[in-house]
Amino acid sequence: MGPVLETIFGGLMTGMLYSLVALGFVLIFKASGVFNFAQGAMVLFAALAMARLSEWIPQWTAIEDKLFANALAFIVTMGLMIVVAWLIERFVLGKLVNQEGITLLMATLGVSYFLDGFGQTIFGSSIYKIDVGMPKDPIFLFENTFQGGLLLNKEDLMAAGIAAALVAALAAFFQYTGTGRALRAVADDHQAAQSIGIPLRRIWVIVWSVAGFVALVAGIIWGSKLGVQFSLSVLALKSLPLVILGGLTSVPGAIVGGLILGVGEKLAEVFVGPMLGGGIEIWFAYVLALGFLLVRPQGLFGEKIIDRV
Amino acid sequence: MIYRENGQFKTSYRADQQIFPISQDRLFIALLLIVAFVVVPGLASDYLIRAILIPFLIMSLAALGVNILVGYCGQISLGSGAFMAVGAYGAYNFFLRMPGLPLIPALVLGGLCATLFGIFFGLPSLRVKGLYLAVATLAAQFFADWMFLRIKWFTLDTPSGSVSVSNLQVFGVPIESAASKYIFCLAMLVVIALLAKNLVRSAIGREWMAIRDMDVAASVLGIRPMYAKLSAFAVSSFVIGVAGGLWAFVYLGAWEPAAFSVDQSFRLLFMVIIGGLGSIMGSFFGAAFIVVLPIALNQFLPALLGAFGITISTAGISHAELMIFGGLIVWFLIVEPHGLAKLWSTGKQKLRLWPFPH
Repeated sequence: MGPVLETIFGGLMTGMLYSLVALGFVLIFKASGVFNFAQGAMVLFAALAMARLSEWIPQWTAIEDKLFANALAFIVTMGLMIVVAWLIERFVLGKLVNQEGITLLMATLGVSYFLDGFGQTIFGSSIYKIDVGMPKDPIFLFENTFQGGLLLNKEDLMAAGIAAALVAALAAFFQYTGTGRALRAVADDHQAAQSIGIPLRRIWVIVWSVAGFVALVAGIIWGSKLGVQFSLSVLALKSLPLVILGGLTSVPGAIVGGLILGVGEKLAEVFVGPMLGGGIEIWFAYVLALGFLLVRPQGLFGEKIIDRV
Repeated sequence: MIYRENGQFKTSYRADQQIFPISQDRLFIALLLIVAFVVVPGLASDYLIRAILIPFLIMSLAALGVNILVGYCGQISLGSGAFMAVGAYGAYNFFLRMPGLPLIPALVLGGLCATLFGIFFGLPSLRVKGLYLAVATLAAQFFADWMFLRIKWFTLDTPSGSVSVSNLQVFGVPIESAASKYIFCLAMLVVIALLAKNLVRSAIGREWMAIRDMDVAASVLGIRPMYAKLSAFAVSSFVIGVAGGLWAFVYLGAWEPAAFSVDQSFRLLFMVIIGGLGSIMGSFFGAAFIVVLPIALNQFLPALLGAFGITISTAGISHAELMIFGGLIVWFLIVEPHGLAKLWSTGKQKLRLWPFPH
C-alpha cells in the first residue's frame, strides 16, 4: 500500500509542476492562437535571470537581507520577462499576423533558439542554484495507519501549493478583472474583440507577460529542485502531451492533464518500466495522451472542433 | 529575353505533361546535373564534399520526404527524426543480420521498416489534426529514441545503442572516398526526387493536396481520407527512412540514437518551411540553407568578431550561433512566409518579362 500511494503522490506533485509549464502554453494559445514552443526557453531564461540576479544583487548593492535580495531579483526578472514579451510581440508576432499556425509555431521555435542563446550569453551556462528558502526536509504521514508511513517532500508539497495558488489567481484574474475579460474576448474571437475596441497588440503583450510570469514561477520551482541548467528548456517537451491531453484551450485542462500524466507516468515507470527495460518515462506520457486523443480528439476539456465546408 | 516559352509549341499530350515544359528549364536542369555529377566531384575539395555537400544531399532527401507529408498532405509531423532513426537502424539490422545483402537493398528495406513505423504512428492523423497531430507525432520521436537506446535486439547488444558499419560497396565499387560517397548520395537523391516529383503530380498527389486544403471537403468529393493520409505517411516515411539510412551509413559511419534526436526533427521541419511548403524545389533550398548556415556561422563568426577586436570563447560562439540561427529563422519567416521556393518562382516570373516590364 505504502509504495503505491507514495508513487501516486509523487506523480501528483510532478504533474503539478508540469502543469505550471503547460499553463504558459495554454494562456498564449487561448489568446493568440500561437502554439508557443518557446515556453521552455522562457522558463530557462527566467530561471537563469533569477538565479544570477539573486547572486549579483547582494554583490552590487550591499543588500544583506536574503529575502529582500530575492524579492528584488524576482521583480527585476519579471521586468525582463515583460520586456521579452513586448519584444516578441513587436518584432515577431506583430509581423506574422494572419499567417498559418505552423509558420507561427516555427517562429516561436526560432524565438526559443534565440532565447536559449541569449540567456546563456548574458547569464552564463553552468549550473546555478536558486535558493528561495524552499524547505528541503521530508515529512512522514500516516505512520500509524500502515507500515513505513508515507514519505513526502515538503518542497514538493509547497510547489504544488504554489501551483494551485497560481491557478486560482489566474482564474480570478481572467474572471473578475477588466483586462481578464478583454483577454477572454480576444481568445473567443480576434476580429469581434478588435471591433469593439480592444487593443489586440496590448492584449498580446499582456498575455505573453503573464506567460512570462508563469514561466518565472515554474523556473524558480524547477530551478530550486534540479538546479538551473539547460535541461530546463527541455521541460517544455515534457509538458506538451499534457497540453494536448487537457485541451489546448483549457486552463483547468492543463492542471487535470498534468495530474493524470504525472501519476500515469510515475506508476508506469515503477510498475511497467522494469519489464520493458526502464526509462519509459520519456515516451509514456505521449502515448497516454495519444490514447486519450483517439477517444476525444480535442482533448479532455478542449472546445469541440467543428469543421465547416 | 533568354527565358521565354515563345515559339515552343506543344503538339502532343506527352509534351504538354512534361515535368519541365520550357526548353530553357530542361537545358538548365541538364547542365545542373552534368555539373553535379561530373564537374563537382572533380573540382571540389574533400572537406567541401564531406562536410557540406554530402549532408546537403542527404538532408535534401529527408526534407523531400517531410515535404510530401507536411507540404503536400498538410499533416504536420515532428517525428521525422524517428523515421530517419528507424530507417537507419532497420538498414543496419538487415545489413548485418543478412551477410551478403548489398547496400541498396539494405537501405530500401530500412526505408520499408520506416514505412511501417510511419503508417503506425500516422494512424492518429485519422482522428486528430493540426497542432494536436504535431504533438502526437512527437510520441513517435520519443518512442524511437527510447527503443534504440533500451531494446538491445535492435542494436545487436552494443552498449548505449552506438553502432557502426564498414565495407560499403555498390555493384562491387567501394563507397569509401569522398567522391564516391557523393556520387552515390547524388544518384539516390536524383532517382527518388524524380519519383517524388512524378508522384505529387499524379492522382495520388492531387488527393494529398485536396486533403491538405480541406479534408472534410475532400472526403465529400469522394477522396478517402484514410487512404490519402496513410499513403502520404507511408511514402514520406519511406523517403525519410532511406535518407536516415544514408545519413547513418554514408555520412556518419558510426552513430548512436542521439544522432536522430528531436532536434533533427525540428531541423527537418525548418528546412521544409524555409524552403517552401509543397515544393520539391523548396526542399533543396531549405536543406542548403539549414545545412550551410551553422557551418558558415561557425567559420565566419570568430573571424568577424575578431575584426572588431572582440575575442569570444567556444561556448560563447555556440550561444551566439544559436541566437543568430533563431534570429535568422524568424527573419526569414517574416520576410518570406512562403519560403525560398516562392522567391525562386517570383524570380522566374520576373525573368520571363525581362527586359520589358509588360
